[in-house]
Amino acid sequence: MKTFAYLSAPDVPSAVRAISTEPGAKFLGGGTNLVDLMREGVEAPDTVIDITRLPLTGVEELPDGGVRIGALVRNSHLAANQLIRSRYPLLSQAILTGASAQLRNMATVGGNLLQRTRCLYFYDSAAACNKREPGSGCDAIGGFNRGNAILGASESCIATHPSDMAVALVALDAVVEVESVRGTRRIPLVDFHRLPGTTPQVETVLEADELITAVELPPLPLAATSRYRKVRDRASYAFALVSVAAALEVEGGVVTGVRIALGGVATKPWRAHEAERVLLGAPATDESFRRAAEAELAPAVGRSQNEFKIELAQRAIVATLRTLLTEGGAA
Amino acid sequence: MVDIRMRVNGVEEKVDLSPQVSLLDALRGELGLTGTKKGCDQGACGACTVLVDGERINSCLALAVQYDDRDITTVEGLAGEGEAHPLQKAFIRNDGLQCGYCTSGQLCSAVGMLAEHEAGAPSAVTEHLCATDVELSEDEIRERMSGNLCRCGAYNGIVASIKEVAAS
Repeated sequence: MKTFAYLSAPDVPSAVRAISTEPGAKFLGGGTNLVDLMREGVEAPDTVIDITRLPLTGVEELPDGGVRIGALVRNSHLAANQLIRSRYPLLSQAILTGASAQLRNMATVGGNLLQRTRCLYFYDSAAACNKREPGSGCDAIGGFNRGNAILGASESCIATHPSDMAVALVALDAVVEVESVRGTRRIPLVDFHRLPGTTPQVETVLEADELITAVELPPLPLAATSRYRKVRDRASYAFALVSVAAALEVEGGVVTGVRIALGGVATKPWRAHEAERVLLGAPATDESFRRAAEAELAPAVGRSQNEFKIELAQRAIVATLRTLLTEGGAA
Repeated sequence: MVDIRMRVNGVEEKVDLSPQVSLLDALRGELGLTGTKKGCDQGACGACTVLVDGERINSCLALAVQYDDRDITTVEGLAGEGEAHPLQKAFIRNDGLQCGYCTSGQLCSAVGMLAEHEAGAPSAVTEHLCATDVELSEDEIRERMSGNLCRCGAYNGIVASIKEVAAS
């Protein structure tokens, strides 16, 4: 690992001041991704600003019924929080299907949003990867791309966003609060991650000197009937091939409210707007679920090894909605 | 170099470390506590699991400087005065190991897992997420311990050991 200077920030103002004067600096949270990438030489900050002592560890109910989650809340603590388990069960489930218990005890909410892809070629410094080294090409296209994206990809990059938690959050219309020396801004999570286009190295709209301080969930009664379903190569401790975060509200046999987001298939946490549009007002039947799933996956592009994900994603959407309809949510 | 206070198994030591040293390397190299093992060194195998303030983490992905002044427990700190920890005894009774390389991580992980379960935390296989008195079935144990790999495949003995201790 390249040597670096280490600073520990005691509060948010000193953290954002420190990064504003250190262009080669990075914030370090739980370290589950950044430390690994530093060891692999993919990340090489000159200065590491440890933010784990910042007082951003609360999960608070807001006056409007929403919930404010501090950026340094550990993934395991968020998943076990009773407010989240009862009101947003898809979020608890998504977190619990991610990584291992040890990693969830380390990983933070803010860090989870900023984790990098696990595309094999991004980690392999001998391979071409536009995300790691802009302009070098993409060895995943035509290479081992079984885990790569079928939605939102470009000819520059087909890397999948690896988070489970962010998939649930994007279904919930979460808002990310960020702070810098210029002040505070709030970014809807659906706009937070960028599609790769020709600049896959730029993954979010976050500026280099901005710190994520919180994630807010709006009040969303239909989220009480929600689930997260993850399809993967082994039953636990594996990244998603396909995952579905969904909430469903049905009255008189008609869909009156629906949220769907997909993981494992796209270059960013993928809100399934098209499937939601098809379903809203439609009869709550397998036929509607299938039509919605087909509409969402219509623009999907399969590569040499991941074409199967197109059908798998459609079936996972149908199965998740059917379970919500017949068995209710996970809470 | 950074001066940090490491409190490991109840003993406080001052260590002067380069900030890129992992907690795992600090425990093994600086303090000579070689019970904690380095398997993959990338957070994939769980052999390096230790407890920080009672919670299990992968010490390979932890920079030691981040754990200044925290309470760390390694496998060397599990046993009482002259007596093995109940999980250690159960692992011996149930053949919860073959080569033993993953065992210290399995033990620390199981201690952390039992505390999480006791506190009412759910897992990915918990049927009703809001329930706080989930029965620690074999499925629950396997899911909650999935961050610890055993290349010898001693899983049946490991699960049996944990089940036995959880029930006692």
